Amino acid sequence: MTKTILTVDDSGSLRQMVAFSLKAAGYDVIQAVDGQDGLNKAKEKTVDLVLTDQNMPIMDGLTLIGNLRNLASYQKVPILMLTTESSDEMKAKGKAAGANGWLVKPFDPKRLIEVVQKVIGA
Amino acid sequence: MTVDMSQFYEVFFDEAEELLAEAEHLLLEIDVQAPDIEQLNAIFRAAHSIKGGAATFGFMDMAEITHVLENLLDKLRKQEMALTTEHVDAFLAAKDVIKMQLDGHRHGATVNAEQVGDVSMMLKALSEGRGVEIPVDPLLAQSAPEPEVLQVAEQKPAMSLTDAEKSSGIRLYDVKLPTVTERDLTNLKDELALLGEVVVYQRQDQSHALMIKSDSSADDIVSICSFIVDTDLLVVSEAGTSAATETPSTEAKPTETQPAAASPVTAAAAPAEDLGYGFFDDDPIIAAATPAAAIAENATPNPTPTKEGKAAVDIVEEVGYGIFGRDGQEQTEEGYGFFAPFKPHPDAPKAQMIGDETPVSAAPAAVAVEASTTPVVAAQKPAVKETSAKKEPEKAAVQSTESSSIRVGVEKVDQLINLVGELVITQAMIEQRMNALDPVEHESLINSVTQLTRNTRDLQESVMSIRMMPMDFVFSRFPRMVRDLATKLGKKVEFVTIGAATELDKSLIERIVDPLTHLVRNSVDHGIEKPEQRRAMGKAEAGTLTLSASHKGGSIVIEVTDDGGGLNRDKILAKAASSGMSVSESMSDAEVYNLIFAPGFSTAEVVTDVSGRGVGMDVVKRNISAMGGNIDIRSALGYGTTISISLPLTLAILDGMSVSLGKSVYVVPLNLIMETLQPRAEDLKTVTGEGLMVHVRGEYLPIIALHALFNHPTHVTNPTDGVLLILEADGRKSALFVDRLVGQQQVVIKSLETNFKRIPGVSGATIMGDGSVALILDVPAIIQMGQTTNYVTGAQTFANQNFSTQPYTNA
Repeated sequence: MTKTILTVDDSGSLRQMVAFSLKAAGYDVIQAVDGQDGLNKAKEKTVDLVLTDQNMPIMDGLTLIGNLRNLASYQKVPILMLTTESSDEMKAKGKAAGANGWLVKPFDPKRLIEVVQKVIGA
Repeated sequence: MTVDMSQFYEVFFDEAEELLAEAEHLLLEIDVQAPDIEQLNAIFRAAHSIKGGAATFGFMDMAEITHVLENLLDKLRKQEMALTTEHVDAFLAAKDVIKMQLDGHRHGATVNAEQVGDVSMMLKALSEGRGVEIPVDPLLAQSAPEPEVLQVAEQKPAMSLTDAEKSSGIRLYDVKLPTVTERDLTNLKDELALLGEVVVYQRQDQSHALMIKSDSSADDIVSICSFIVDTDLLVVSEAGTSAATETPSTEAKPTETQPAAASPVTAAAAPAEDLGYGFFDDDPIIAAATPAAAIAENATPNPTPTKEGKAAVDIVEEVGYGIFGRDGQEQTEEGYGFFAPFKPHPDAPKAQMIGDETPVSAAPAAVAVEASTTPVVAAQKPAVKETSAKKEPEKAAVQSTESSSIRVGVEKVDQLINLVGELVITQAMIEQRMNALDPVEHESLINSVTQLTRNTRDLQESVMSIRMMPMDFVFSRFPRMVRDLATKLGKKVEFVTIGAATELDKSLIERIVDPLTHLVRNSVDHGIEKPEQRRAMGKAEAGTLTLSASHKGGSIVIEVTDDGGGLNRDKILAKAASSGMSVSESMSDAEVYNLIFAPGFSTAEVVTDVSGRGVGMDVVKRNISAMGGNIDIRSALGYGTTISISLPLTLAILDGMSVSLGKSVYVVPLNLIMETLQPRAEDLKTVTGEGLMVHVRGEYLPIIALHALFNHPTHVTNPTDGVLLILEADGRKSALFVDRLVGQQQVVIKSLETNFKRIPGVSGATIMGDGSVALILDVPAIIQMGQTTNYVTGAQTFANQNFSTQPYTNA
């Protein structure tokens, strides 16, 4: 079955790049423009993987992750942070919020697919 | 799998432009003394998003400057540093630079490297303002644009070829140049840089030479040089044919031009005899971009690695990513990671994706080489172009000053303003329809419309500004007049003007001259006392007359202030009563002062009686009202008077509040609405002779029911079910009762009088976002109507009443 990935980023260019790459690799992609939009869309359909930016208006990535983890349907869904901040502090915060991992921006589409395949399979 | 990143460039450019515009807008609004953290956050986010996109899509010059910007903004938003105007100035300059870089990438526009460098330095200096070191993002540091001063090595650089390079046909050339100017040298270097790596150096005889590493033939090099130098004087020799021997150069010493070689570097030194020149023992050696050098540098802590070496090292780090270990320890491995106890998916391919294109056995070194060549070249190119192009803008600037203005007929400008008005309406219509769309599905459309909105607003402002003239045009005629008048009257007057640079629509400027002349004359004549009188009152002998202009919200306020005798309320009341006006002792000061604007008030006798105004004030008032403005008087007996005129910035566009009445929408000028409220039943009182009143903040205000006034059917007939707009005009307040508020918006005023008879209470019409027509209420007239028609309350009260105004039906 085709896996669905929710990608949340306020930057349209990055989000489209991510979506395009994921679609090219055979995944279904749902896009959201900020944490709140992401949360709404995550509630509509339980996805197989969430990729979220951290720094966004309205609701940031960490808050989104926390909110998702409060939903029964998102207890076991892997969540990755796509972040430009790779500091230990940020990692600790992400981990505490309930993220499963991180991917440092900027990344190259190949690496994204590689990471995604590691997490949810091809 | 390969993804062509260039397909996202346009999206990124659009997005970055939008973010820059937004950031600029926020910066211009920000209050330096008390910055709003949310605004700083929004500016930070803009810089952050641009940086992320720029780095992802390989626009390293943009990424670098936004990185510095972001760092500084981060400190500000975390309040580690206080915001100053220098910060805001620097940010605005940075915005311009980033926009310039963006245009450079997008349209190939020229980038002024000097400006980039200046701004970058300014930001860094500000960032270090408190001795805080900026953490340099290693990824971004590599892309530092080359200083635009041409770097000339003092001695022959050591360049060599690796076996891999040799096998792929890359050769090393030594090009001996004839005597050339520095500019030609720069151009030459830029041109040759298209072929490969170029280093300029100075030969012992002071002439210049170049080392080029390229896969092109010597003929290609000669033909490129032929554009700039005489090829007969050119000597091109192939230098690096023999194998480069790896000699660890522990004696490497820094020179001024090459601090990069300061630390021990493993580099391949080219054999001197093959190149036709010699090395001194202490020759500085540039590390060639060989994997060996890169790895060696990686192993040796090197504070200032060479450009090539550094790039390679950083890519190794960047490509490096990690996974959290099962025991909860982080293992960074190529820029991403998982938190324990997360286990990779069983379906995950065993081999790394990177292995698709690079043999796994090749290890990081190979990856580094592959990755290092592309971004570095990409980062160098813009820098190289900058040098050759930077002089052009200067020329353009000189030319542009030659003709600074053109004369255009006013009707042409008016036509332009009209068209822009139409555009604003159309744009509002589109925007209204956008709201119903899903933000993701129609993202690009929404972005385009947002851009359209901004462009429309900018266009509107620019077009409006064509007609704007500084108030100085009017103010400048007064000093002489005041001096002459004061001399004639035997008074001492100090004349002060404030805000002469404030701009106002040309048509308004022309029309304000007469009323203002009148007010100034009155102030000198009747406001300011004679010196002996002033002395007796303990005032300075010379009175002060101040003429000021300033922007307040959407209007311009012009004030004439004197420190004279002030208005005498009792005398005005007495005079008004004697001339048959209906007055009462309970009138507020503002209402009393407004009496002097009444037509019957202005007689010569009054002028001498009342310590102040009177001559032709009704004319002044009429003129101001005709311009869509208001006039107000503030006065204190014995201390002086201020007459304040507020005018709309432009006659064509109005900030309005749309209100609904039955099925129709009316627009009320926003600047006349004090507040809006839903009254409670206990606040409503019926007062004999005054009709229904509402109790607001200790005042009783008459309620004017719009549906009754306009004889407009509606089901909302009780003020507690609707909304009251507290309106103020001409110093009088009333509560306008309407069904509900619809929203606030800018409306373009369309005159009705060209096609219809003038209707009391309606000043014009506008076209709403949905295409329907709404009437704009004439607030002063409505307040007047409310008072002259006894009382205006509910429909029941009105059913049998004859209006002095014509009933209006919304056809």
